[in-house]
Amino acid sequence: MPAEPLTGADIAIKALVDQGVDVVFGYPGGAVLPIYDALFKQNALRHILVRHEQGAVHAAEGYARSTGRVGVVLVTSGPGATNAVTGLTDALMDSIPIVCLTGQVPTHLIGNDAFQEADTTGITRPCTKHNYLVKDVRELARLLHEAFYVARSGRPGPVVVDLPKDVLFASGPYRGPEEVRHKSYRPQLQPDPARIREAVEMIRMAKRPLFYGGGGLINSGPEACTHFAELVRLTDAPCTLTLMGLGAFPAADPHFLGMVGMHGTYEANLAMHDCDLMIAVGSRFDDRVTGRLNAFSPGSKKIHIDIDPSSINKNVRVDLPIIADVGEALSALLANGPTALRGSDPAARADWWQTIDIWRARDCLRYDRSRRDLIKPQYAIERLYALTRGHDVYVTTEVGQHQMWAAQFFKFEEPNRWMTSGGLGTMGYGLPAAMGVQVAHPESLVIDIAGEASVLMNIQELSTIAQYRLPVKVFILNNQYMGMVRQWQELLHGGRYSESYTAALPDFVKLAEAFGAAGRRVENPAELDDAIEEMLAIDRAVILDVAVDPAENCFPMIPSGAAHNEMLLGPEDEAEKPVSEEGMVLV
Amino acid sequence: MADIERHTIAVLVDNEPGILARVVGLFSGRGYNIESLTVAEVDRRNNLSRITIVTSGTRMIIEQIKAQLSRLVPVHKVHDLTDEGPFVEREMALIKIVGKGETRIESLRLADIFRARVVDSTTESFVFEMTGSAEKLNAFIALMEPLGLVEISRTGAVAIARGPASF
Repeated sequence: MPAEPLTGADIAIKALVDQGVDVVFGYPGGAVLPIYDALFKQNALRHILVRHEQGAVHAAEGYARSTGRVGVVLVTSGPGATNAVTGLTDALMDSIPIVCLTGQVPTHLIGNDAFQEADTTGITRPCTKHNYLVKDVRELARLLHEAFYVARSGRPGPVVVDLPKDVLFASGPYRGPEEVRHKSYRPQLQPDPARIREAVEMIRMAKRPLFYGGGGLINSGPEACTHFAELVRLTDAPCTLTLMGLGAFPAADPHFLGMVGMHGTYEANLAMHDCDLMIAVGSRFDDRVTGRLNAFSPGSKKIHIDIDPSSINKNVRVDLPIIADVGEALSALLANGPTALRGSDPAARADWWQTIDIWRARDCLRYDRSRRDLIKPQYAIERLYALTRGHDVYVTTEVGQHQMWAAQFFKFEEPNRWMTSGGLGTMGYGLPAAMGVQVAHPESLVIDIAGEASVLMNIQELSTIAQYRLPVKVFILNNQYMGMVRQWQELLHGGRYSESYTAALPDFVKLAEAFGAAGRRVENPAELDDAIEEMLAIDRAVILDVAVDPAENCFPMIPSGAAHNEMLLGPEDEAEKPVSEEGMVLV
Repeated sequence: MADIERHTIAVLVDNEPGILARVVGLFSGRGYNIESLTVAEVDRRNNLSRITIVTSGTRMIIEQIKAQLSRLVPVHKVHDLTDEGPFVEREMALIKIVGKGETRIESLRLADIFRARVVDSTTESFVFEMTGSAEKLNAFIALMEPLGLVEISRTGAVAIARGPASF
């Protein structure tokens, strides 16, 4: 028996509730007023009012990344939708499941340059996994359920549903999620058994294997990460992770070599260069990982397990592609049992570990600990890590040097604890993302490790944080520069620091207080621990403004256009290995 | 440098607003070539359209193009006709010739040899309709050039695999 018709706005709310949504990040406006009216009359959905639509998307990303669920955004037409574009692109690049409802002018006005009209589906087509313009209220329930299905299935991503105002006022039938089945979109989840057999044989025969895990492990879920760890330990092979993959394998495990890539560890990058079998799991051979492509891991066979066929052979030609959900593929590999997977040549494997230990002995993350007058940024993160051990911690970051130091010095033992903008590199991601994480985990400790330049890009969200009394901790490594820009200018542009110094920075302590948060500044290394302890003891939002060495650079570093074995290990390498002309034109 | 290959790819898609923009945007956004692209509804009951794309690139790029197309949510099937065996590829052109006297007679004579049909004529012009491979069309157009060719409209290639198999 068909249910009573509902208005489009009520259908939208009911669809969200039936999809298990409990919180929506949004900002009202003319075109979405009917949905806000429907929100007002119900209690199942919580709405978090952000201060800028970009913040809404990043908050939903933080929520999604820390829970494994779909993050939901609600914004108005025109500027509401265009402001969301950066967040949507960020979610697309990092494969974060988001459903973003955008208001639209009434259907009869579309194309007339109406007030607050923008071609939202046109603008967001290249920055979403898929998008819909709903022109008929009878289609609304189906398309909303489809949007959730598309956002979370296969390689996850953002989906926009554009909702003209007249559709929200019109009445139509509701259908539940169980009645909706997408007619064609069915990502392949199960691996081809023949390829799994082949992979097992390659793993068994490898003398110098290396596991290279990425964000796909996190997206597949904690079980996939457990399988991954089991496989790494069973094969006794070293393992590295991408920036997006941190936490997919416990950092404390001796098999872990640290992060790979441009600012990854010496041992991880050299292991990538010298391995004879690379097993890529939910990672995508990003240019920040591979360095110069024609020198990338020249002597290895490569197995690539990924849910997205377009990731295969995109940058690097692989020998054995396995299209599957990584969790399914890993459990199929494990099903072969320990004997089949353990290396056939124990002596070779022992040699491999010996070589790795030599690389590890270089202690590539070392830094000058002798300064008593200046806080080294690395030291600040080390102390933050040490002093938060008793807590249930989630970390977000902005983008730049502080992000890389956080990735190097903050250790993650489990997935969903680390939220960062990897693919798009969005400055201003961390604060709103932390907000979303805190909404999802109200009792946990959520820290945004920030740079003073990045955090200013979405600083208005402190107001949201105040409104919902979210006890987010903002840990600013303040070097007064756009540090990564300054580092590249030093390395590539003759030290001409063009526009990378931030004059007229705000007083972050007063800024915090203005938004109802606590603020403190620390400049002396001897006072750092106290300052961190104090930050942790305060049960509301805190900005800790840590004045750090403004000249510090982030090492190790594979300069653009260089190979893994051409890493710069520290300032002493800068002069000896100047960056090539070809490298300079790369990003 | 790897060899550049020319491929004809057939894509079966949901006939919905924006699908063509999605496909074209994919090609421009990722820097792939489009030599020609044609699209029309082919299955009204199931609301499906067929897009025929002629593209070129290295083997790695061609594989990427197919994978990226397959990844679009409204795409049902992607077939690389060039890879999958023999296929028939045809294009139609409408060609307008303006002239009088001997050149006009000559164009008509050549059209006859090429089996082009006259679909419109005045005392000083013809419109020829011609179907065939792109090469045949090119050859005819080259011959018409000195005979008063003023305007060409071409459809781009459509293609289908030979034999009983279908998709």
